[in-house]
Amino acid sequence: MLDWTAILETVAPETLLVAVGLLGTLVGAFLKERFARVAFKLGALALFAAAALAVYYWEGGEAFGGLVTTNPFVNFAKAVSFGVAGVALWIADGFFDRHGTLRFEYPLLMLFAAFGMGLTLSASDLMTLYMGVETLSLSSYVLASFHRDSPRSAEAGLKYFVLGALASGLLLYGASLVYGFTGSTNFEEIAGSEMGIGLLFGMVLMISGLAFKVSAAPMHVWTPDVYEGAPTPVVAFFSAAPKMAMMVVFANVMFTLFGEAVDDWQLIIAIISGASMVIGSFGALLQNNIKRLMGYSSIANMGYALVPVAAGADIGAPSLLLFMTIYVIASLGMFAGILMMRRTGGMVEDISELGGLIRSRPVVTLALTAILLSIAGIPPLAGFWAKLDVIQAGMAAGLLPLVIMLVIASVVSCYYYLRVIKVMWFDEPMEEFQSADPSVALTVVVCGLLMFPGLMVFIGVLGGWTDAAAMGLAN
Amino acid sequence: MEGFPILTALTMMPLAGALLIMLVRSATGSSDSESDGKKAITAALVISLATFVVSVVALTAYRPGVDGYQLVEEIAWYGPIKYKMGVDGLSILLVVLTTLLMPFCFLASYGSVKKRVTEYVVAFLILETFMIGAFCALDLILFYIFFEAGLIPMFIIIGVWGGVNRVYASFKFFLYTLLGSLFMLAAVVYMYLQAGSSDFAVLEQTAFEPGAQTWLWLAFFASFAVKLPMFPVHTWLPDAHVQAPTAGSVILAGILLKLGGYGFMRFSLPMFPDASQFFQPFMFTLSVIAIVYASLVAWRQTDMKKLVAYSSVAHMGFVTLGLFSFTEIGIQGAVFQMLSHGLISGALFLVVGVIYDRAHTREISAFGGLVHRMPVYATLFMLFTMANVGLPGTSGFVGEILTMVGAFQASTWAAVGAALGVIFSAVYMLTLYRRAVFGQPNPEMEAKIERGEISMKDVNTLELVCLVPLALGVIILGVKPDLIFDITQGASERVLTLMAGG
Repeated sequence: MLDWTAILETVAPETLLVAVGLLGTLVGAFLKERFARVAFKLGALALFAAAALAVYYWEGGEAFGGLVTTNPFVNFAKAVSFGVAGVALWIADGFFDRHGTLRFEYPLLMLFAAFGMGLTLSASDLMTLYMGVETLSLSSYVLASFHRDSPRSAEAGLKYFVLGALASGLLLYGASLVYGFTGSTNFEEIAGSEMGIGLLFGMVLMISGLAFKVSAAPMHVWTPDVYEGAPTPVVAFFSAAPKMAMMVVFANVMFTLFGEAVDDWQLIIAIISGASMVIGSFGALLQNNIKRLMGYSSIANMGYALVPVAAGADIGAPSLLLFMTIYVIASLGMFAGILMMRRTGGMVEDISELGGLIRSRPVVTLALTAILLSIAGIPPLAGFWAKLDVIQAGMAAGLLPLVIMLVIASVVSCYYYLRVIKVMWFDEPMEEFQSADPSVALTVVVCGLLMFPGLMVFIGVLGGWTDAAAMGLAN
Repeated sequence: MEGFPILTALTMMPLAGALLIMLVRSATGSSDSESDGKKAITAALVISLATFVVSVVALTAYRPGVDGYQLVEEIAWYGPIKYKMGVDGLSILLVVLTTLLMPFCFLASYGSVKKRVTEYVVAFLILETFMIGAFCALDLILFYIFFEAGLIPMFIIIGVWGGVNRVYASFKFFLYTLLGSLFMLAAVVYMYLQAGSSDFAVLEQTAFEPGAQTWLWLAFFASFAVKLPMFPVHTWLPDAHVQAPTAGSVILAGILLKLGGYGFMRFSLPMFPDASQFFQPFMFTLSVIAIVYASLVAWRQTDMKKLVAYSSVAHMGFVTLGLFSFTEIGIQGAVFQMLSHGLISGALFLVVGVIYDRAHTREISAFGGLVHRMPVYATLFMLFTMANVGLPGTSGFVGEILTMVGAFQASTWAAVGAALGVIFSAVYMLTLYRRAVFGQPNPEMEAKIERGEISMKDVNTLELVCLVPLALGVIILGVKPDLIFDITQGASERVLTLMAGG
């Protein structure tokens, strides 16, 4: 007999998402394209509702015989991921409408991707972990190649798929080694077993697979290509929701599954983190395509986010949540800004196209400036708190070399954020962009306002939530 | 008055004003026309004058005799990080200096800034907020936020309204200072983890172990040395100055550089006394190099602004010299030097701006015989030249002599080296003055005036309103330096007490 209350408390958001997704498939099969416009908004609403459910069942629980376990730590990540995914979906319809690709499959794929995120986040068993990762990944491959007539989009999807399949293989192989050497797939039981060389191998392979999903070096190579090729609304989604979810999954695996073996993995994570910072910040220096640039920027930022992971659960968990939350909001705002870069001939993606934007769109420019400087971690933008928290976690864990690398990478990466700002502020005005969808413009401005003064002033509120969420991990 | 958060009000006034100007602009949909630009400057001028009035009120509310920080406000912010504001004798004067110089910047911008005026004044007002905030902050993280945030408006000011090479200069300025500051941030985090608080009062009482102090000191040094700037990390300054608009240079030299000196006095000395002692010879060496080297470089400059910029580097050398003498007289002199240099360098940049607006060049060789065409101007220029040289009777003298006396007690050689710098400063300033103001009129310039391309009229009322108060300030402080010393004495003594471990 299934315990419905426990299921509800544990996986209510996922249940909702998958239910809406399946129903949508059914309705779509009959209504075809007439359903598309509704489906976008409906899907977004479902995602917002799922986020609300994650908050409502904050304490979480355990269900399906220990296959899924939720706690405030993962519920926080769920709420944020579903929320930003909802916004990314809400603002996407105008783009697809103009490209003649407004199909109902898009929101449904997004819902399934979100379901995958939720499932991995809830996983307390290697099997659910892998199932969730694959659900997310398979939906993502299709989303990346959603503009199937465009060679760029198809290329992005194919690259993502081939490399993603390899990474999934690594993850699965690692998981099977872990199972082989411990005799269990349950996180708790694995965590209790002794660390041997076989388990270590399994752990390293799993780390590699997860590093791919968060686009951390050296498994990062797909990121710039996919960011450049995939349709912009899809990238807006990729750069925010799955990043948040997978980073927390990464942390969750390290903190709970391999929690006892901190000494074994701390250095590995630190190296991945440092390499990501260096590759992300130096790689972006010569980019002219703003989406590619943001791809490299995300690699660098994942490097920063891995610092609190390396710092361990007690010190790092709240910092990780705070950093990722502020980062994904900023990233979403940035891609909403990129969605506004539209002229008569279609979308433009070159940084120089932003020339003199301050003259034609002062409010948007101010918001984008705030967002970029926030990602750069310059006060008085909210991103400063994110970086401060990360540095604090690194210092408290005694990872001084990593903190110094972070400092240097920050200065280097600041150069290219400033370059974008320079183009917007100093350069001669270009032809004005076409008027943006109200929802897109609103997203940019709201994200900008969250960077300053929103989260800057009321950081204590967010900090309180992340602390509470991280406390849930400890129990 | 009691309980009113006057420092917060003071800090936020320019920001609120900037928002107001932006709102009015977008509501009226006003254009980039000249009359709208004038209105924007006038509005900003009114706001900055009001801020100045409030700062004077704060100064009168300040009790010089009382020890420690005053007018303290405190709100919990993020974990142990607090929003805590307050002032002592040092910071209140730097705040007043900031609010005093700001109206002059707007006055000087009436004629010279032609494009995107609204954004220009908004950037300056936001900058003012950050600078006042940095001086008032009593929490290390809060200080860092204000300290670092100032980069953003300054980046935009140099980059949008600067000269030909403005983009290069703005990037150099931003990245140079950012690198220094981020090391400081790492140190700040360390201190805050050690002490469990980022409150100045707690940190001052925390004894960091000598080994850690060395590293912390170096991290803070990385930031303040770039900001001040000290040799050899001063190279961003001439670039930034030459490219910045006149008002930008005034703020940069007058106030932003003072953040470095303020930082040394507020953090390095009282919080890391052992390391400061250890690095005293190092600081003396760098200070003397800065004084002598920057003076020599200034001598060979052909661009007036660059000359004044290098002279700033030299004069900031006196500040570090005085601070690291660890004597009361030296520290008092350093504080005085900071305030006096704020007035003198601000005035000198305005003086250069006056002829730049007329002739559109800053090359010294393009001028000559200005005294014939602009007698009033020549007189004022003479006064500021002498003040910069350190002539007795001007404020420049007091700061230099006191820092040297302080340094002499600690190291004879440092004082001798600094004295050499004083001589050199006379060399380059008088050379500048002779070539630009005396001598034969430059034939090319005369030809241009003949053709009516430019007109070298004497200073107008607006410019007089800018320069005369600064001239009075320089003389008053030179004749009656006690006005400053009475206020700063408590703060200087406190630094030494804290250094001594109490």
